[in-house]
Amino acid sequence: MDMSTTGIRPARASFLSSPAVSTALPWLGLAIIGSTLPLWAGGYWGVIATRACIYWVLVAGLNLLVGFAGQLAIGWVALLTLGAYITAVLTAGQAVPALDPYLALAISAVAGAVFGVVVGLPALRLRTFYFAITTLGFATIVRQIALAWSTVTGGGVGVAGPVFPEPFDSQWGFYYLCLIFAAICTWMTINIAGSRFGRALTAIRDAEVAAEASGIAKPRLLMAVFVFSGATAAVAGGLFASLQSYITPDAFTTELSVLFFIGVLIGGRGSIIGPLLGTILLTVLPEFAAPLVAWSTFLYAVLLLAIVLTMPGGIAELIDFKNRRPLQTNRAIVPRPELLKRLLAEDQEPGTLTLEQVELHFGGVRAIDGLDLTIVPGQVHGLIGPNGSGKTTTLNVISGYYIPQNGRAVLRGAVLTQLAHHRRAHMRIARTFQTPRIVGEASVLENVMIGGTIDGTGTFFESLLALPRHWKDEKKLRETATLALSAVGLEQLAHVRADRLQHSELRFVEIARALMLRPAFLLLDEPAAGLSADEIRRLGTLVVAMAKNGAGVLLVEHHADLIFDICDLVTVLNLGKKLAAGTPAEIRSHREVVSAYLGG
Amino acid sequence: MLFSIVVSGVAIGCVYALIGIAYNVMFSASRVFSFTAGTLGMAGGILGALFILKLGLPVWAGFLLALAGGAVLGVVTEILAVRPVLKSLDQHLYVLSTLALALIVQQFAAIEWGTDAQPFPRLLNLERSSFDQTFWLPMLACAITIVGLEMLYRRTLLGHAFLAIAEDNYAARALGLPERNLRMASFALAGVIGALSGFAGGQMLLANFDIATQLTFYGFVPVALGGMGNNRGAVIAGLVLGLFQQAANFLVGGVFSSVAVFVAFILVLLARPEGLAGVALGRRV
Repeated sequence: MDMSTTGIRPARASFLSSPAVSTALPWLGLAIIGSTLPLWAGGYWGVIATRACIYWVLVAGLNLLVGFAGQLAIGWVALLTLGAYITAVLTAGQAVPALDPYLALAISAVAGAVFGVVVGLPALRLRTFYFAITTLGFATIVRQIALAWSTVTGGGVGVAGPVFPEPFDSQWGFYYLCLIFAAICTWMTINIAGSRFGRALTAIRDAEVAAEASGIAKPRLLMAVFVFSGATAAVAGGLFASLQSYITPDAFTTELSVLFFIGVLIGGRGSIIGPLLGTILLTVLPEFAAPLVAWSTFLYAVLLLAIVLTMPGGIAELIDFKNRRPLQTNRAIVPRPELLKRLLAEDQEPGTLTLEQVELHFGGVRAIDGLDLTIVPGQVHGLIGPNGSGKTTTLNVISGYYIPQNGRAVLRGAVLTQLAHHRRAHMRIARTFQTPRIVGEASVLENVMIGGTIDGTGTFFESLLALPRHWKDEKKLRETATLALSAVGLEQLAHVRADRLQHSELRFVEIARALMLRPAFLLLDEPAAGLSADEIRRLGTLVVAMAKNGAGVLLVEHHADLIFDICDLVTVLNLGKKLAAGTPAEIRSHREVVSAYLGG
Repeated sequence: MLFSIVVSGVAIGCVYALIGIAYNVMFSASRVFSFTAGTLGMAGGILGALFILKLGLPVWAGFLLALAGGAVLGVVTEILAVRPVLKSLDQHLYVLSTLALALIVQQFAAIEWGTDAQPFPRLLNLERSSFDQTFWLPMLACAITIVGLEMLYRRTLLGHAFLAIAEDNYAARALGLPERNLRMASFALAGVIGALSGFAGGQMLLANFDIATQLTFYGFVPVALGGMGNNRGAVIAGLVLGLFQQAANFLVGGVFSSVAVFVAFILVLLARPEGLAGVALGRRV
């Protein structure tokens, strides 16, 4: 293939600039510094490094919640408090018989997992600010309970923290214990970040509607993350109690909570190394400016404001050199429809998608007024009409974003209108959106892989530990996504951040993502809007090829030429009613359509 | 005892309601909930004590200066934490920017004013009674604010402009309303209302930096339950919250009253995320 027409310039073959090496280098550096610290640093730095490790155990989990899923849990210190007190109380031997510290730590992890879900549950119902406030309220409550329940927690006097047995009882021994925990948490979150679950989380954050259309069930996924983040925060609490050697409610301030939260944001959303560096930075910073210790939270807040206003991408964006290389400007999208054969399943069950007498009104406005529509596999069905005639609304009824007051949508005997949004993906109904819904910070390939989320076989737990099925899923998704990108003609941009693409390219990315579902039915919402004449022609070829390979396509469009070129059937809507339906030739000569819509 | 529960409950409820109204005034102008709402109340208390007790100014001067301080804080919020992130409301950056600013203000107060609660002056030279100025001042402040806002919104051109912005931002701009100035005016107004709550409730809450977080939370409860942007809902929900909290305080003690309020808040929100008087959100696609 000719490089000049299809893609970006080839990367220079330098060792240091190869992507694998440049991502591995910072990790290698951190590993060397972390493991050799006792050889060259004093005991005081050991305490600080231990604290950084403990904070990271919490922040690693919180990062999945805040940085990936976009849930603004600002009161996560509540779970640190919980874990610290459970571990300390269970090992102190005053309120209950003393337990082994590891057992106590495990129990607190379980409790943290449970309470993580309790704190997290409101996130499923409430909007961002509401959820942020509830976590803040929860943190205050937990601290007040720790203060008031003095028979168990020692109240304001406090309780002694656990001491871990040999070889972890010395200062450096305990440091290594915390380092091991930190390393494990890093490894697990990297696994999740690189799995279909991590991508699904970013999709929920940045493109929730597209996530649902791809079959991602937000509640289940978020609950898994709340369990994980709750458990790691509680483990961090147990270690924290040991480091402090004595804990009182005063140790668990809102300021500490904010430190964790800011650590994630300074690091950058959707990154692991960024928040890790952010946490280290926030832990170490006050040590360099001893007179400023009182001002540390003030400075964190200033830093947060500065980051939000000037560099929302955080440290991660700062060190993302790969995506600074300029893209070729005169690149073209060259789809390869012949590849669709391998993407669209030939074992598709027959059956039509039928709308029966669908009625939908908003207040007094009849958006759809008794619409009958049948989408047949192997055909392109055009849906046209003036603005406000109910085209996108029809798509949204099929996708489940609107429930019609009357009538129903049926596919293979199942009534679609009774299913949850995300179940449509399982029926192999895929769609694109009028404004592309894309995760800007993820690569193009990752965006496309989101479309195949429901075809993975491994569980969240298997991905966490990188068990074999996780690798199998990843390999398969990656291959299919590469194929889908080649089919729409964007494989050269696979590893570019999606927000660097042009608008027209994003439309093709959305089509590639939809193809990942091996769709039986494909709903395209104005795919040609914003495309050049050449691109529209190529899009037409691609859509026709999809139908040839068995998919039923519903095409909402304003470009009359495209509609008449490629559609087998056309339905014209006006004010929510069917004005006309027939072959392109019939529609073109339909008197009312011509006067109402086409002009002439 | 019932009397004192009701009096203190209504008084604290009025403070919550005022903070809730401050949230609402900012929200109406910008579609942004600001974490600085509680710090406005804190500022009213601390500035009042600073001007009257520390600097020895007369009560009326301290009062006006505290309100002016609140107005400045409101405008600063708009310029620093709201305006820059308005373009990308869907990314919820405002949660972070207003949180950062609230922390900056609160930490500044903690360092410069101290972390211990300090006394707030008695504003009026009256005998102490069971229905003391400690309690009726916040009620009076709340009543004046409600009446004042109603008059503003119904009788004045500025008030109509505020309503227009709240109703439909784009249409209001298309009509040529100076949206940015109106937004700044709204934030100044919210600052005055927030500072008024802290000043009027100062004898009850004291001049304390720590009050900011509490007010941010308890002041949001009336907004969430009363429906966002709905001032009447906020007042009713604020009074109910205050009474509920004080009753729980007397009956089961401080910690459990906090837990009770929190649990009740979460349960109500889970049952009705749009608030008791609110309406569900519109279109997503």
